[in-house]
Amino acid sequence: MASKLIKPVMSAEEAVSRIKPGASLMVGGFNYAGVPYTLIDALVEQGTGDLHLIANDTLYANDQHPDGVGHGKLVVNGQCRKVTASHVGLNRATQKLYNEGKLELELVPQGSFVERIRCGGFGLGGFLTPTGVGTVHEEGKQVLEVDGRRYILELPLKADVAIIRGYRADRCGNLTYYGTGRNFNPAMATAADLVIAEVDMILAQGDIDPNDVVTPGMLVDILVLKGDGYYATRT
Amino acid sequence: MLPVLDEEVVRHRIARRIAMDLADGAVVNLGIGIPTLVSDHLPKGVQVLLQTENGVVGAGPKPEKDDLRLIGAGGRCLSLLPGSSIIPSDTSFGLIRGGHLDATVLGALEVDSEANLANWMIPGKMVPGMGGAMDLVTGAKAVYVATTHLDKRGRPKLVRECTLPLTGKGVVSVVVTEFCLVRWQGGRMVLHEISPEVTLDELRENTTMDFDISPDLAPMKGIE
Repeated sequence: MASKLIKPVMSAEEAVSRIKPGASLMVGGFNYAGVPYTLIDALVEQGTGDLHLIANDTLYANDQHPDGVGHGKLVVNGQCRKVTASHVGLNRATQKLYNEGKLELELVPQGSFVERIRCGGFGLGGFLTPTGVGTVHEEGKQVLEVDGRRYILELPLKADVAIIRGYRADRCGNLTYYGTGRNFNPAMATAADLVIAEVDMILAQGDIDPNDVVTPGMLVDILVLKGDGYYATRT
Repeated sequence: MLPVLDEEVVRHRIARRIAMDLADGAVVNLGIGIPTLVSDHLPKGVQVLLQTENGVVGAGPKPEKDDLRLIGAGGRCLSLLPGSSIIPSDTSFGLIRGGHLDATVLGALEVDSEANLANWMIPGKMVPGMGGAMDLVTGAKAVYVATTHLDKRGRPKLVRECTLPLTGKGVVSVVVTEFCLVRWQGGRMVLHEISPEVTLDELRENTTMDFDISPDLAPMKGIE
């Protein structure tokens, strides 16, 4: 019997079949970097809807890219019921669907966005941040005063599934990242019930120096090798 | 009426003046637009460490060949300078909120008499999201606002009181436009420098922000 330490390697199609309608879905990436493009394309193909997309941004959808780029496609394709993000200004579909009342949009300051995910993954009930105090972001949230300074109570964020993008993986699921592709991926790997990692290469157990590992394999459930799509090959 | 200056002159003048304010060794985050130009105008002998909120400390200029795996917060590719580091977003915003940034430079839709800044949304139009701006203005030791003096319709951007949703309350340290430099000091906005193209009266007519005048009021530094 294969050791549980060895993580299954699947096709993108097989991996995303685990994502069910209505799921909350974290997707790694900031702008073009660190996005699991191959998994997203498979999810677009699968057509799973009613998703709560949790991602820093919704990448691009514009005249140049009418179908969207990366997880921007999930919005264009009408697969999202709700988006939680810090910036959606470069995806016109997100703007349009929100304005038409067809998409719920939760905007979170970027630092609070990642810290909420971190809290979700690390067993914390929330955190107090000065970010957003005195702005509309404060509305509807609990504000506490500590030593004379006001803080917003931000609550943890978790997801059913996280699809993340790494650089190198070993068969144990240990991950390294490349360049600015690191961004939200390590935090998201801690905060979802199922973590699927798309990577550039999958090495044998022990072939990544433990000193170089950023995300420990125990957090990763499924490995998928990146495909030959336009952005997958360029990132 | 304020004189109309060439747009590129304006952009570089503002960037150059802010660059003159940065200390050697400072850790600085530059927003999109005019702020991006600040790194082109650092005085000789001044090196700053550019932080991008998506995870680089020590970012360098756009490389000859774009690599989408190395991208800046504004979506432009960047290079990694010797001695730079890659950090995850949680560390990046820990640095930002934790007061480890010496300065952040951002644009403005409105900045007002109480050091409030509005630069992230216009209700009824676009709701792009605040990105990292709210964290940056809250956490950086100094918040520089780089903006044209008037908006595209000729209305003052240095206003008595912001009418647009705020990015941060009481957060602004310095405002630089093509015509002046204003610092937040002792709970008041104080005019320190004025460009030679305008008189104090002309500046007042085009500024609804309530400001004091420094006893050391001087011509704007770094003018081409």
